[in-house]
Amino acid sequence: MIRWLVGVIGLSVVASHALAAEPIDIHIGYLGQAGIKSKLSLVEQPSENDGIAGARLAIEDNNTTGKFLNQRFALEEVRLRDGEDVAKAAATLADRNGFIIVDLPAAALLKAADALRDRKTVLLNAGATDDRLREQDCRANVVHVAPTRSMLADALAQYLVWKQWKRWLLVVGSHETDKLYADALRRAAARFGAKIVQEEMFEDTGGARRTDSGVTLIQRQMPVFTQAAPAYDVLVAADESEVFASYLPYRTWDARPVAGSAGLVPTSWDAAHDQWGAIQIQNRFVKLNSRRMTARDMQAWTAARMIGEATSRTNSGDPRAVSDFLKGPDFSVAAFKGQRLTLRDWNLQLRQPILLADGRMVVSVSPQEGFLHQTSELDTLGVDRPETKCKLN
Amino acid sequence: MWRRCLLSVTVLFAAATPAFAFIAYVSNEKSNTVSVIDTDKWAVTATIKVGQRPRGIEFTRSGKFVLVAVGDDDKIEVIDTATQQVVDSLPSGPDPELFTQDAAGKLLYVANENDNTVTIIDLENRVRLGDIQVGVEPEGMAISPDGKILINTSETTNMAHFIDTATRQIVANVLVDARPRFAQFKRDSSELWVSSEIGGTVAIIDPAKRVITGKIEFNIPGLRREAIQPVGIGITKDGKTGFVALGPANRVAVVDATTHKVTKYLLVGQRVWHMAFTPDEKYLLVTNGVSNDVSVIDVSAQKVIKTIQVGELPWGIAFAEP
Repeated sequence: MIRWLVGVIGLSVVASHALAAEPIDIHIGYLGQAGIKSKLSLVEQPSENDGIAGARLAIEDNNTTGKFLNQRFALEEVRLRDGEDVAKAAATLADRNGFIIVDLPAAALLKAADALRDRKTVLLNAGATDDRLREQDCRANVVHVAPTRSMLADALAQYLVWKQWKRWLLVVGSHETDKLYADALRRAAARFGAKIVQEEMFEDTGGARRTDSGVTLIQRQMPVFTQAAPAYDVLVAADESEVFASYLPYRTWDARPVAGSAGLVPTSWDAAHDQWGAIQIQNRFVKLNSRRMTARDMQAWTAARMIGEATSRTNSGDPRAVSDFLKGPDFSVAAFKGQRLTLRDWNLQLRQPILLADGRMVVSVSPQEGFLHQTSELDTLGVDRPETKCKLN
Repeated sequence: MWRRCLLSVTVLFAAATPAFAFIAYVSNEKSNTVSVIDTDKWAVTATIKVGQRPRGIEFTRSGKFVLVAVGDDDKIEVIDTATQQVVDSLPSGPDPELFTQDAAGKLLYVANENDNTVTIIDLENRVRLGDIQVGVEPEGMAISPDGKILINTSETTNMAHFIDTATRQIVANVLVDARPRFAQFKRDSSELWVSSEIGGTVAIIDPAKRVITGKIEFNIPGLRREAIQPVGIGITKDGKTGFVALGPANRVAVVDATTHKVTKYLLVGQRVWHMAFTPDEKYLLVTNGVSNDVSVIDVSAQKVIKTIQVGELPWGIAFAEP
């Protein structure tokens, strides 16, 4: 009897403690690389805080909401230098943070994910576009916010096909990531009925990105490089390494538009995007960071907002509860793309419309009208459930 | 014979007598104009140039002026209905979108999207009285029929904030589905409806208990869930029938406001946004942003009877109160 009483008292203590509305603290880590990857165009040079600046805005947004729910969000940043142990850094970060937004190349991301396999830490990939992370190398503790190369390529292909630009001249860089992007573009061409009339490789011979008399040389080089091509409608460039693609527009032998890594670029975000209330987040971002918002910033914002969305819906900061909610049927997030974004339950990839931008304007948004799907039109972009190689757990 | 003759005379007479005309004002977000619609002619009779990006639009309680939020100019313009010209402006916060007035028409409450605030404006003296901090991207505004509670919805915070109009403090927050756009009370205060554009639902909130008691769900055969985006709401004065604009689903849902079930979907123009009843409640006019027109719905027949071309991207619509 006494034992029973003690039990009841114990229970009521627990209950009243929960009702006292102690503030819930949600700690989010940000694991990125030190240094920036240089771009060919000076106006596109990434800022040192590319990516995390978006997460910081989301933390502000989450805290504004958190004020009303007694939830507080904090962000801790760790930048890895070359050769630093990613597993160790991830483990240290996970000691203090239930969630880690990761902006690392695929191999490093996998090391971090595997190092945290036995913890309940949730990783959110806001940088790597590699399809293999969502396919044969998928992990149950990694949610993918960044779109895949295949989603980007499909988004571009749908538009080019709608435009009746079906004959592509594909130019591929000589680096591994360029080849992966080219794989996605070839797959997209086959899926949506475009034809690659010829493929060229642009060898990276090294050398300085910027020279004082660079323009003269490029003006002679690029027309010659594209001179021998058979009849084509559009030049599609796969150059994630930023070696040549931005030199192509206006310099091809024939007067043809350029798409892919330059010209019309598929992307998760663009500073020119202002539809669907996006002007509001663009303004908030500029106010906070004194620069415009990039795709990486948006991916990190979305990642941190997904955590905020889940903590507000579950009224919990527990990574497991949040993870269950994110993976469940009730999760969706609004991210200024004109429709709800949800997770593909088979590989934890965020479904999302892809913008097609030319550097000044958003030209279109895919999926294009008429590309139908039995579940979600967003699943016409990227690898769909029947084709997946992912086995979670 | 006699009877038939009499009948046709009556019909003729009825047709010849002009129906009592109402005037609607429609904000055209892209063309920076306000279209004036005469419901007798069902045609645009004037187009008024306003500031940049006009969206929220309402009559003052006196019916003499129309207020229109011109977001990109960070103010609210005042249109004189007699001259149909902009005669003044009110100092709102940055990027005003939707607003509501107190019953006396003395105070205006404005949602400022860019600032996470609701601004209070003294309409008589046309000065700013203060701000209330709310959630991220405030949008929908409504005032309870007794004037005691102001509702603001915040689009990224996903809440309906209950603000005490006397103390100007938030007294409750109700979490709703993603991107709440619009809030509407029933006349008898028994229910507050809040539409969630991205969530795809309308929450039914008990204003006394401040909890969600039900949800209106929409299901249109052949349309993906993502395309169903509820925004504007209209509820008849008797509280029996609701109308919900479903954005890119290009339909207005007719809702039994007692059971909260959809009874019918009316096909209107593209990206249907906001709506307003004629003061006699015979007609409901809805703005179709992408097709640049306004659909006229016969409320009792629950049928679309007309389409009127207006400016580019029509957004809000207002009638004078009877």
